[in-house]
Amino acid sequence: MIPMSDQYEQYEAIVVGAGPGGAAAAAKLADEGIETLVLERGVKAGAKNVSGGLLYAEDSAPYAIDNLYPQIRLEATERPITEYYIQNVAGSTVKEYDLTRLHEHDTRWSDAVLRRKMDSWLAERVHERTRETGGGLLSGIKVNGLLREDGEIVGVTCDEIDPIRAEFIVAADGVNSELARDAGLMNWEDPEQWFQGVKATVEAPNVNDRFDIGPQEGVAHLFSGDLFDGVRGGGFCYTNVDTLSIGAVFHLDSLVESAAEPHELLNALLEHPVCSQWIDDPYREVEYAAKLVPDSKKVAHPDPQSDRLVLVGDAAGQMQAQGPIIKGMNHAVTAGALAGEAFAGAKRRGEPESAGERYVERLYESGTMAKLRPKRYERVRPIAERERATEVVDRLLESPIGRFGVRALDATGLLKRLYSSPFMSMSIPDTQTPYVTLPTVIAETLGEPVSDDTTVDPPSLEQRIGELTYDTDIGNPHIELLDNSVEASGAAVTACPVSASEFGGGCYREETIASNGSTKDVVSLDTQPCIECGTCAVVADTAWEHPSGGRGVEFRQG
Amino acid sequence: MHSIVLTKGVPDFREGQVSFDEDGHLERGKTPTVMNPNDEHALQAALQTKVRHGGRVSVMSMGPPGYGDVLQEAMESVYADDLYLLSDRELAAADTWATAIALSTGIEKLGLPDLVFAGFKTADGETGHTGPQTCWALDIPMITHVTGLSVDKDERRVRARRLVEGDVAEIETVEAPLPACIVVDSEFESDYRTAGEHLALKDLRETTVERAAEYDQHLTTWDHTDLNLDPDYIGLDGSPTIVSSVDPIPKPPAEREATMVDPGDAEAMGELFDEMAALSGGA
Ligand SMILES: Cc1cc2nc3c(=O)[nH]c(=O)nc-3n(C[C@H](O)[C@H](O)[C@H](O)COP(=O)(O)OP(=O)(O)OC[C@H]3O[C@@H](n4cnc5c(N)ncnc54)[C@H](O)[C@@H]3O)c2cc1C
Ligand code: SF4
Repeated sequence: MIPMSDQYEQYEAIVVGAGPGGAAAAAKLADEGIETLVLERGVKAGAKNVSGGLLYAEDSAPYAIDNLYPQIRLEATERPITEYYIQNVAGSTVKEYDLTRLHEHDTRWSDAVLRRKMDSWLAERVHERTRETGGGLLSGIKVNGLLREDGEIVGVTCDEIDPIRAEFIVAADGVNSELARDAGLMNWEDPEQWFQGVKATVEAPNVNDRFDIGPQEGVAHLFSGDLFDGVRGGGFCYTNVDTLSIGAVFHLDSLVESAAEPHELLNALLEHPVCSQWIDDPYREVEYAAKLVPDSKKVAHPDPQSDRLVLVGDAAGQMQAQGPIIKGMNHAVTAGALAGEAFAGAKRRGEPESAGERYVERLYESGTMAKLRPKRYERVRPIAERERATEVVDRLLESPIGRFGVRALDATGLLKRLYSSPFMSMSIPDTQTPYVTLPTVIAETLGEPVSDDTTVDPPSLEQRIGELTYDTDIGNPHIELLDNSVEASGAAVTACPVSASEFGGGCYREETIASNGSTKDVVSLDTQPCIECGTCAVVADTAWEHPSGGRGVEFRQG
Repeated sequence: MHSIVLTKGVPDFREGQVSFDEDGHLERGKTPTVMNPNDEHALQAALQTKVRHGGRVSVMSMGPPGYGDVLQEAMESVYADDLYLLSDRELAAADTWATAIALSTGIEKLGLPDLVFAGFKTADGETGHTGPQTCWALDIPMITHVTGLSVDKDERRVRARRLVEGDVAEIETVEAPLPACIVVDSEFESDYRTAGEHLALKDLRETTVERAAEYDQHLTTWDHTDLNLDPDYIGLDGSPTIVSSVDPIPKPPAEREATMVDPGDAEAMGELFDEMAALSGGA
C-alpha cells in the first residue's frame, strides 16, 4: 500500500550519494543550518567508488575539499604529489618529460587518495554535521527514482524505505546517475562521451625507497604511446602510503572499436618495464577495479537542474580530462558546494524554487563550466577530429619530416613547453594523434631503451574476480539484457572489465544456440561478477540499474 | 513506552564451541555461555518499539553471576537502557515454572511495563514455557509466535502478525490491549520504513557501543531477599518438574535397521502399530 503523500517524510534537502560531490553539498547545506538527509547505496561510503586518484585543490576554484573538511589531508588522503612525469612509450624505448609545472599550474595542492578510506572518513564527518540539523547520513539505502507530484519533482523514491519529499534534491550519485536519467537530463547512449577507467591497487611497502621520496612526498607518472594496442587512452601510476594505484583511462568508443580487453591493456602497462621498474617482486595486487568516467567536453550538462533537482559531479558529466590530467573529484566538490550555497541563498530570499537556476549561474560565473567545456576545444574539434585531418597529421608526424620536426621542437625546448601548457592540454582533440601517434614518435625519435625484463605476473581475470567481495542479490539481477544479439550487445563481451571473450566466468559471454536446425551466436549475461562500472549501460542494449542498497560489489580500496 | 525483554544464557551449541564428555553429556564448565539465539528476535522486537515510539528497554535474566556477559551481549544488540540479573543460590536449578515466578516478581518490582518480550524456546531446555508462564503469573494478555508488530501508543493497543500454531504457512493478525506479553518467533522481521527510524537506530548504535563496554554500571543484581521470595517456592525446591534422567546424545549406529513400510499397505501398517504399541508401554 502506498501511503498518502502528506504522510511522506520530509526533509529540507536530500543529497543522493556520499562521494566528494555529495560530501561537499552536505557540508555546505549543514553549515547553513539546513536539515539535510544524505543517502548512500554502498554498505559503507566509498564501497562503490573508484578513482585514480589525484585529488586537486585548484587556486581558481571557489571551493576545494579542505575548505569544507579542513582535516582531510591529515587524516584521509595518502600523499601529496610533488613530482609529476609523462612517459612516452614506443616499444621498449621511452622518453620522459617532467610535467611538474603543468601539474602545479592552478594547483594549491594535490594528494593521492584511495576512495574507500577517504569517502568513509568523509561520511563520518557528513553524518556528524548533518545530524545536527535533524538529518544525517544513511548508507545501504538506494534511491531508485524521483518522486513526482503533478509532473513536478518533489522528492525521491528508494528501494529500502518509503518515498521522501524535500525542497531541494542534490543528485551526487556519480556516473550512470539513475536520477539524471529519470529526470531526462542525461542518457547513456554514445560511447564517444565516456571513458572507461581500469585500475589495480598494488602492494608497495617500500614506496619511499623505490621512488626516492620522503613520507610527505609523492610521485605521479603518466604513460602514453603504443602501450595499448592503438586504443586511445593513457596510463597512470600514483604513490599511496604503502600501495601504488596503477591504471589507465580509455576512450570507450576506441575500446569498443578495437574489441580490446581492458584487463589485458592494464596488464600491458603493469608488465611494461617503464612501469614494472617500480613494482615489488613478487607482484601483489590488492584490488582490481573499474568505472566509467564522463568526458565533460562532450557531456557536462549546460543546465544541470530541473524543478527541485540539481545534478553535481559525475552525475552532471562534470569530469574534466585536461589532456593527461584527470579532474573529476575536485569539480564534484566545487559543484556540490555551489549547489548547497545556492539553495541556502535562495531559501534566505524566500524563493527556494530558484535554487537550481542560481546553482547553474554560479557554475558559469565561477569559471567552472569554462573548464569543463572549454570553448577552445569546441572550436578546434570540428577540424581536428575530422578523420582526414587526423590521418594527414599522423602520417606527417610519422614521416621523416615529422620526426625531424619533433627533434627540432625538442632541441628548442618547445616540445616540453607545449606539453606543459595548460592552454594546449585543454584543447587536445580526441584523436589518435595526441594519445598514440605523437607520444610514440617522440619516444621513437628521442627515447632511450629501457631494460625489457619484467617481474610482474598479473593475476588472471578469474583470480581478480575471486579476490573481490560481493553481496549478491540472488534472483534479483540489476541489469537485464534487452537484446541478446551480437550486433546489439556483443561489444560488452570484451569491453566489460570483468568479462572476456572465451572466458566463462565473466558477466557477458558469447553463446551459440541451435534453433530450427541452424545455429546462432548470442550474448548471455550473468551479473554475479559485475563491478557496476556502467560500461554495458552504454555499449549493450540493457535495462541498467544499480543493485539495491548494500548489495553487489564492495571495494575496499577504490 | 517501557519494554522488558527476558533473556537467558545457554551453552554455545555452535560447532567448535560445544563440548561433550565421553558419554555424550554436555560439559557445561567447558562450554561457553551465550545469549539464547532465539532471544535475539525478542530483542529486535523491543528495539523496533523503542525506535518507533521512544522510551526505554530493560533486559532481565535469571542465572549465575556469569550471565553478566549475556546481558552485555543483549545490550549491544538491543541498545538496552538497563539490565537486571536475578541471581543467587536459592534461585539455582529452577525449572521454567520457578523461573517464571522469579521473573514475574522481578518485573513487578521494576513496575509493570507496556510490553514484555520473550524469545520462543531456549536452545538448551527447548520447552518454550518460560515466556508464557511468566505472562500467566503477571496476568496480562499474551501473543505467541509473533513475526511482526505495531503499537498504537495513543489507543494503548498492540497489533501483531503471528503464525497460527507456529505454522509458517498460516498467518493471522491479532490485537491486545497494553500491557501485553509478546513471545517472538524466530521468523520475526524488524521493519524500518523511514529515514527517521534508520537515523534513530544509528544514534542508538553509537551511544550503545560506549554503554555496552561499561555495562556493569547499568546492571542491577537482585537475590531472593531483594525480591522478597520464599526459597520454598523458587529454585530447585520450587520446581515441580522432575527430570528423571537425561538421555545422552546417542552415537549414530554403524548400521541402522530400517524396514520400509508402505502407508497404503494395511497389513504392514498394522504390524508396525503393534510393534510401536509395545514400545510405548501402553496397550
Ligand atoms: C580509473 C579512474 C581514475 C580516475 N582518476 C581521477 C583522478 O586522478 N582525479 C580525479 O579528480 N578524478 C579521477 N577520476 C574521476 C573521479 O573518480 C570522479 O569524477 C569522482 O568520483 C566524481 O565524484 P562524484 O561525487 O560526482 O561521484 P562518485 O564519487 O561516483 O560518488 C557517487 C556516490 O553516489 C552513490 N550512489 C550512486 N547511485 C546511488 C543511488 N541510486 N542511491 C544512493 N547512492 C547512490 C555511490 O555509491 C557513490 O558513493 C577517476 C575515475 C576513474 C574511474
Ligand atoms: S556487467 Fe556491465 S556494469 Fe557490470 S562490470 Fe560488466 S560492463 Fe560493468
